[in-house]
Amino acid sequence: MAVLVVAEHDNASLKDATNKVVTAARAMGSDVDVLVAGSNASAAAATAAKIDGVRKVLQADGATLAKQMAEPLEALIVPLAANYDAVLFPASTTGKNAAPRVAAKLDVSQVSGVIGVEGADTFVRTIYAGNAVVTVKDGQAKHVLTVQPTAFKAGGNNGSASIEQVAAPAGPFKSAFVSEEMAKSDRPELTAAKRVVSGGRALGSSEEFHRVLDPLADKLGAAVGASRAAVDAGYAPNDYQVGQTGKMVAPELYVAIGISGAIQHLAGMKDSKVIVAINKDEEAPIFQIADYGLVADYKTAVPELMDALTKAGV
Amino acid sequence: MKVLVPVKRVLDYNLKVRVRPDGSGVDLSNLKMSINPFDEIAIEEAVRMKEGGGGHKAGAATEVVAVSIGPDQAQETIRNALAIGADRGILVKADGEVEPLAVAKILKAVIDAEKPDLVILGKQAIDDDSNATGQMLAALLDWPQATFASKIVLHDNKATVTREVDGGLQTLNVDLPAIVTTDLRLNEPRYASLPNIMKAKKKPIDVKTATDFGVDTTPRLKATKTTEPPKRSGGIKVKTADELVGKLKEAGVI
Repeated sequence: MAVLVVAEHDNASLKDATNKVVTAARAMGSDVDVLVAGSNASAAAATAAKIDGVRKVLQADGATLAKQMAEPLEALIVPLAANYDAVLFPASTTGKNAAPRVAAKLDVSQVSGVIGVEGADTFVRTIYAGNAVVTVKDGQAKHVLTVQPTAFKAGGNNGSASIEQVAAPAGPFKSAFVSEEMAKSDRPELTAAKRVVSGGRALGSSEEFHRVLDPLADKLGAAVGASRAAVDAGYAPNDYQVGQTGKMVAPELYVAIGISGAIQHLAGMKDSKVIVAINKDEEAPIFQIADYGLVADYKTAVPELMDALTKAGV
Repeated sequence: MKVLVPVKRVLDYNLKVRVRPDGSGVDLSNLKMSINPFDEIAIEEAVRMKEGGGGHKAGAATEVVAVSIGPDQAQETIRNALAIGADRGILVKADGEVEPLAVAKILKAVIDAEKPDLVILGKQAIDDDSNATGQMLAALLDWPQATFASKIVLHDNKATVTREVDGGLQTLNVDLPAIVTTDLRLNEPRYASLPNIMKAKKKPIDVKTATDFGVDTTPRLKATKTTEPPKRSGGIKVKTADELVGKLKEAGVI
């Protein structure tokens, strides 16, 4: 079975999500190719060629692909799909934007947000914000999947696949990039961070959110996340949101501060290795899944935690 | 400008999901069903384009049409959209689960007949969490798309849409007609007033069936097993920050 994995990258570098989706692809079949669609993305393509188990890398490089918008990706991938039994996209905003366009053009019913591969045509995904897990048998001749990268382990980087150039679509297209405003941060990216410090509505304001969480995140070298309640209240930007309607994270350490633990939040972080919850409400649902719970007001607990970390040499 | 808004009837977002013990699916019997929250945001935006507000000039939209695909009871979902301010509804009757691809095919047929200038959909339904219908519809129509919108500015023959993407915001121009899907921060839907709920009862709803449009809604994917997510067992309570740091050291995560 031949599988095409659409790489996650920002032209400059390849994202780890790509490697994780390759792991999902290898569970489906042995002939796994990676498509790097971008502009001046040769470095990303070179990194993709090193992922273990990759047969070859297809690189499409051109101005129309600079922002990996849905229409040019559709125009590029639909003809390529003729050579494959399955096309896998990471469940990033780029992947989620483009995959269904490709699926519809191929007349394929897409399987979204795959968290497990049980064979070439059997996939596991969640529905109802992670409150139910469903096994799906996909009897179609071709499969189009979006894959939740956090559900798969990245493989090694000892491969040496060849890189083959394919033509970028010419356009014109009916949508045009205008601008982007990316959050600038020295902190690790939320979905790739080994440690995450997250705040909830209990923080009470945007100023308090940053005053409390930023120093702790800096001390731990952690990314900062937020619950949907905190985002809805305007304390944190939307791209901080962890949960079913936000990002799925699975760091080694997840510290939830003033987060009650709504089911939709838990769906986004329950695969973390160690979960710490600090909340003054002893009954908060977050304590039911936390490995270590501290029933305390964050106002006193976070400064104490900072001191304790300093004492411990962190 | 005519705006078309598809709406889906889903389990109310406040209710707990019950997985049937035999693994055959989710039990929806006797539970409150509501309009999908992202679709409610879509209707609100369309109505603001008509009434003015949210940065839109009054009259930017001249007609708002709500479409639902589902059982007879999806009429209630359409009434909900009409109470927010949509002008009329179309129900396309289809029983059982209809996958996003079939929904997109039916919507394409409705759009071929209705010829709207803009279609606003929720980015995903909170039951199947597919996040696919809007994009599929855009592909079938060969229209441009702007998904996960947090802001829409209308111009002549095009729209400028700000999108919530990983790491920040992206702004696009799309030629009309176009597909836009809504993210949470696009707007905060109003509560329908009682007079508007009464008025909505008098607004027309056309009833059709999927077969009227020649669309086969037989699912392509088969759910073989549905289970509760594995439960993460709770851990221990610590008394102090020092004790917490000690435990984290033991666990090797700091």
